[in-house]
Amino acid sequence: MSSDQDHLKETDTEARFEFKKEQKAAFAAEKGLNEETIRVISEDKDEPEWMLERRLRALKQYQKMPMPTDWPGQPDLSEVDVDEIVPYIRPDVEVRGGVDDWRDLPDDIKDTFDKLGIPEAEKNALSGVGAQYESEVVYQNMQERWEEKGVVFMNMDQAVQEHEDIVKEYFMTKCVPPSDNKFAALHGAIWSGGSFVYVPEDTTVDMPVQAYFRMNSEGMGQFEHTLIVAEKGSEVHYIEGCSAPKYSAFNLHSGGVEVFVGEDAHVQYSTVQNWSKNTYNLNTKRAIVEKNGRMEWISGSMGSKATMLYPASILKGRGASDNHITIAFAGEGQNIDTGAKVYHNAPDTKSTIESKSISKDGGRTNYRGLVHIANGATNSSTAVECDALMFDNESTSDTMPYMEINESTVDVAHEATVGKIGDEDIFYLQSRGLDDDDAKQMIVSGFIEPITEELPIEYAVELNRLVELEMEGSLG
Amino acid sequence: MATLEIKNLHARVAEEDGEQILRGVDLEVKSGEIHALMGPNGSGKSTTSKIIAGHPAYEVTDGEILLHLEEGDFGDLEIPDDARTWNLLELEPNERAALGIFLGFQYPAEIEGVTMTNFLRTALNAKLDEREELLFGEDEEEEEEDVGYDTSPMEGNVDDGEVGVAEFQKLLKEKMDLLDMDEKFMQRYLNAGFSGGEKKQNEVLQAAILEPSIAVLDEIDSGLDIDRLQDVSKGINALRDEQGTGILQITHYQRILEYVEPDYVHIMLDGKVVKSGDASLASELEDKGYDWVREEVYEAA
Repeated sequence: MSSDQDHLKETDTEARFEFKKEQKAAFAAEKGLNEETIRVISEDKDEPEWMLERRLRALKQYQKMPMPTDWPGQPDLSEVDVDEIVPYIRPDVEVRGGVDDWRDLPDDIKDTFDKLGIPEAEKNALSGVGAQYESEVVYQNMQERWEEKGVVFMNMDQAVQEHEDIVKEYFMTKCVPPSDNKFAALHGAIWSGGSFVYVPEDTTVDMPVQAYFRMNSEGMGQFEHTLIVAEKGSEVHYIEGCSAPKYSAFNLHSGGVEVFVGEDAHVQYSTVQNWSKNTYNLNTKRAIVEKNGRMEWISGSMGSKATMLYPASILKGRGASDNHITIAFAGEGQNIDTGAKVYHNAPDTKSTIESKSISKDGGRTNYRGLVHIANGATNSSTAVECDALMFDNESTSDTMPYMEINESTVDVAHEATVGKIGDEDIFYLQSRGLDDDDAKQMIVSGFIEPITEELPIEYAVELNRLVELEMEGSLG
Repeated sequence: MATLEIKNLHARVAEEDGEQILRGVDLEVKSGEIHALMGPNGSGKSTTSKIIAGHPAYEVTDGEILLHLEEGDFGDLEIPDDARTWNLLELEPNERAALGIFLGFQYPAEIEGVTMTNFLRTALNAKLDEREELLFGEDEEEEEEDVGYDTSPMEGNVDDGEVGVAEFQKLLKEKMDLLDMDEKFMQRYLNAGFSGGEKKQNEVLQAAILEPSIAVLDEIDSGLDIDRLQDVSKGINALRDEQGTGILQITHYQRILEYVEPDYVHIMLDGKVVKSGDASLASELEDKGYDWVREEVYEAA
């Protein structure tokens, strides 16, 4: 097979995930979200004309596209309340992802913050209090070091103004076009905030870039857009959200993440999200990886009423590689539908996907993944491993690992385990002195250990504690 | 000195129409003694051991299991007068462990992702906490402030629990040396991918760390080659000689008894202990087989 890849199409393999053309009645009354609203947002942000045009185009697509309803086992989206979005996006209302005052947070969320020992700073950030605090200083210092190297890390809104050329080239054009899915379209129309990261050629950012440090400046919106451009030979680790359990009175989060991994570059994107239990968390995250580049996705999905999240890597250049590590936790009334997508569009590309999910008290987790190996992507290899752990007979877990292999000289491995937490395992630990809860907790922390060992230590600790908190009460 | 007293124990499988397995087991094991419990397959040996530890799969229909404690059983820890006799059947498995009961499993569970170090230190601290709670009632609310992690989260919080990381590492190393176990075990996941022999060594190691008053070892000798059998035996003898642990050793074979010499030998048949004696009973059994016991018992009856 020749190395000519012209016939390898870039992103035409979305069929599995494509939304059916069917209009849901719940979406008939969308009068709040109209062209006028979008114009006001854009004007308020003082955006260039081209961004307004993109927003309007996205809005049209959103209005045209039906809700996804027919994926097997998918979360029920019929209650997604788009009317809620309307007051949110109107600029005469406080545009903040959080509540206005710390005291307005529900007790369970506050309790979680306290148990996690979330710093005062972060509490302030979440409550929109722009106080002076230490992390801002830390962030400032880091920023100076990065600037010397030409690294850019700033609010996405600000980047539209200050790095217009780059943003114009990459923003929802070749990676996540609004036409990708209904919520990507919605995102394209009303996105706000998020991060912009630019790493110049052959530059290594030696400590993780953490959105955490500048949470105060934009309040981490519900429709934040993250754009990471890592040029040839560069390296960066971006960490988002992490253990800050995002709380919002609004019930829809629809973020967008686009990552461009240049030749020989290496990007790691880590996020641990813990949404309030009334939230629909519907995101689109995708990376395009050039020759010998490497993309790593590490995600922890906790909280929310329903999550649909399938970070994707398009391995475009020869020798590009991808590594997915995902963990999902679903409790009572939750449906966490996550997975991974990888498109092997060039020879010698490699991917590994490792997914762990835990469900309890009637919660449901799904692994929904797609690995596509294009004709011509010779000597590519993929290994998919999904493990699901259930606490009881009421909980469910499904594994849907789709594979589309259009090339014969490839190496494909797939393993899946679904199991209930073992009574014998619990008894063994109990016989050594651990009580029932601690025994279960130990088994769960062992189950997710492959994930936590990939995270920087403070995040690993917090992820463990989050899982412990999720399990608390339900086990008692 | 602690005494485990099993009286007229009857038990069945805890499900509808569950099979009756134990039909009146009587046994008494004191600290510092070594007992061998022998018997053919299906006679109820393993079931007895699991019920002592509190396995939920069995339902006790009659009889009792008592644990009698004396001053000095928990080192310097004072044991209140009203907390010296315990009905084990009323306690959770972890509470039994806290009072000094240990079960060495025939098939130890494999727990992925949990290092030996983390597991053993957590277990040791949980046991010490629970013990105080049982002896002296609920903890007085000592809210620990949030201390950070200085070590890997996989090893747990440094200041968490009575036995700190450094102290524990030292203890673990000592016990591993004794059992001739490689130090690399400390960072391996609990029993995951261990060979049969390694698992059994690990059971004895856990007993050495947790320092039980009474250790019930269920077929600790099965699947061991001769070298490993000697290591394990050395470990069992050390439990008795150095910690004063009472051992109830369940076995099919005479072989291990050459290395771990029992003070008492009991033979189980059809859910009852039908014959007890000293070490010579084991040799006699080896020569004559269980049919001999069966004939003797049923003739007498």
